[in-house]
Amino acid sequence: MSKLLMKGNEAIARAAMLGGCEAFFGYPITPQNEIPEYLSEAMPAAGKIFLQAESEVASINMVYGAAGAGFRVMTSSSSPGIALMQEGISYIAGAELPCVLVNVMRGGPGLGGIQPSQADYKQITRGGGNGDYRVLSYAPENLQETVDLLKEAFDIADTYRNPVMIAVDGLIGQMMESVDLNRPSPVRPKVSKPWATTGHGRGEQRNIINSLYLDPGELEQHNLSIAEKYKIIKEKEVRYEAYQLEDADYVIVAYGTMARICRSAIEILAESNIKVGMIRPITLWPFPMKAFQSISPKTKGILCAELSLGQMIDDVRIAVEGAFPIAFFGRAGGMMPEPNEIVNAIHHFPKGGDAL
Amino acid sequence: MSQQFVQGRSKGLTNASFSYCPGCTHGIIHKLVAESLEELGMLGNAIGMASVGCSVMSYNFFDCDMQQTAHGRACAVATGIKRCLPDRIVFSYQGDGDFAAIGIGEGIHAAQRAENITVFFVNNAIYGMTGGQMAPTTLIGQKTTTSPQGRNAARQGLPMKVCEMFATIEGAAYVERVSLHDPRAVMNAKRAIKKALTYQRDGRGFTLVEFLSTCPINWGMTPLDALQWTKTTMAQHYPLGVFADRGGTSNE
Repeated sequence: MSKLLMKGNEAIARAAMLGGCEAFFGYPITPQNEIPEYLSEAMPAAGKIFLQAESEVASINMVYGAAGAGFRVMTSSSSPGIALMQEGISYIAGAELPCVLVNVMRGGPGLGGIQPSQADYKQITRGGGNGDYRVLSYAPENLQETVDLLKEAFDIADTYRNPVMIAVDGLIGQMMESVDLNRPSPVRPKVSKPWATTGHGRGEQRNIINSLYLDPGELEQHNLSIAEKYKIIKEKEVRYEAYQLEDADYVIVAYGTMARICRSAIEILAESNIKVGMIRPITLWPFPMKAFQSISPKTKGILCAELSLGQMIDDVRIAVEGAFPIAFFGRAGGMMPEPNEIVNAIHHFPKGGDAL
Repeated sequence: MSQQFVQGRSKGLTNASFSYCPGCTHGIIHKLVAESLEELGMLGNAIGMASVGCSVMSYNFFDCDMQQTAHGRACAVATGIKRCLPDRIVFSYQGDGDFAAIGIGEGIHAAQRAENITVFFVNNAIYGMTGGQMAPTTLIGQKTTTSPQGRNAARQGLPMKVCEMFATIEGAAYVERVSLHDPRAVMNAKRAIKKALTYQRDGRGFTLVEFLSTCPINWGMTPLDALQWTKTTMAQHYPLGVFADRGGTSNE
C-alpha cells in the first residue's frame, strides 16, 4: 500500500482512468477544473479520448453519443453546469445508457458562488430533467472513498445501463489528502454491450439508441421496465455508514464534508456525556431509508445537517415517518460551520423538533 | 412476359413506410442518402443521428445503426461517437429547426473543430412537425402560424443563410446547397451527398449538404407548386451551389 498526498480533483481524474474511463467530454467550470486539466494530458497519452466541448449541453450529448457507441465515458462539472446537463441526463437515462458524472458542488442558486456547497441534493436525487428517471448517486466524505467509488462507478453504470453520479462538495475537490489509488475495489462481472451502435449493424443486427416512444402503451412499458431496474438498485446498491447509533441521545444525518465536521462535533459532545450517533448516507439516491430503523427508541431527536438550507431533510422526514423529532442545521453559500455550531444545535435541540 | 425490376429499394432503407406527408421531399433525400451509403460501401459501417422534427423517426428508415438525439444536439452526439470510432461514417439528418435554430451552436463548433462528420441539413423554411411555425430559414413575407402577417425583418429578423455562414469556418471541408425541384436537381443532390461522404471517409473534416426541401401541407401548396416555389422563390434567397471546398483539415 502506498499513499500519495493529492488534491481531490486530481485524485478524481486519476481514479476515473483506473476505473476504465475511455472517453471524457467536459467544459471548464470552477471548482472542478483540475479534472479536465489532468485528463487533457493523461487521456491522450494513454490512447484515450479527451475533448473540451463548447458547453455543458454539448458535453453531456457527446457523453450520450459515446455511451451509445459502447464506450466507458465520463464528464465532470459543477452545480450550474450540471443544471445545464439535466436534459441530456434525462435522455441518457431514457435511452438506458451507462455513464459516469462527477459533480463538484458549489453554492447557488443561479451563478451562486464557487465555494463548497451541498445545495445540489434535490437536483441530484430528484433530477432536473423530465420524466420518471433516477440517477444512482454517491456522496463520499473523503478522498479515499471518492477514489474507491470512482473506480467502481463505471462497472456500476454498465451493470444498470444508467448514469452514475459521484457528488462531492467543492471542499473535497480542492483539498489535499493522502490517498491510496491502488486499494482494490470490488470487481463486478464484465458486462457486454450488444445494444451499442458501433456501426456494424444492419437489418436485424442494427442497433438504435432511442428514448422516443410515441405509443403511450409502449412508453408506459418502457417506464415500468426502467422502474423495475430502479427497484433492484434500491435493493442492492444502498450504502451508508451507521456511526455510534446504539443508545444515542441524538442522531445526526449528514454526508460529505458536513459529515466530517459532525464527527468532530460528536467528539466534543461526548466530553459532556451527550451520546450522539450519525447516519451518513453514501448513496444519496437510493436514500438509506432502512438505516433509520436501527435508531434506538431512546433517541431524543434527529438533527439533519447540510451545507444547504435544507434539501436532504425531506428524505430524512420520509425515512423517520414521524417516529422522532427532527431539527435542521445548515449553512449555505459556501460557508463552513465550526463543529461548535453543530454542538450548539444539539444543545438547543428544539423540543418536538423544528416546526413543520 | 416476365417483369424485371431495374430500380429497387436501396439496401440503405428499411422496409418501414415513411411517415412523411404527400409531396414532401424528405423521402427523396432519405432515398438519396441511403443509395449513396450503399453505393459507397458504407452501409454496415455507418452510424446516423436522427434529430427532432419531421425526421425524428428517421432511425426507423435508415438501415444502419442509429441514435435518436435531443433537439439540436445531433452534432454533439455525432462528435462523441466519431471521436470514439473514427473509422466509422457518422452522419446527422437534421431539419432547419434542429440544425439552424436550437442546434446552431453545436453545428458551428463541430465545424470549427473540423469534426469529421457529415450533416444533411433539410431546409423547408418552416417547422413541419409542429404544424407550420416560423423557422430561422422562413423567407421574408412568408406566412406561417407564428408569422401570420408574413415574416417581417424588423419584427422577426432575417432568414438565416446557413451554407454562407458555415463556408466561413475553416474546419468545414465541404459545404453545398442543393435542391430537389426536378430530376436533374435530384441527381445533383446525390452527387453532393456522395462527395460529402467521400470527404468524410478521407478524413477531410466537417461536411454539410443543405437541401431546399418542400412542405406542401404547411406551405398550403400542391406538391408541384411547392417544387416550383423551391426552384424560384427559395433558391433566389438561398442560391444553389458549392460554398466551400477545402483540401482538408483533419483531426489528426
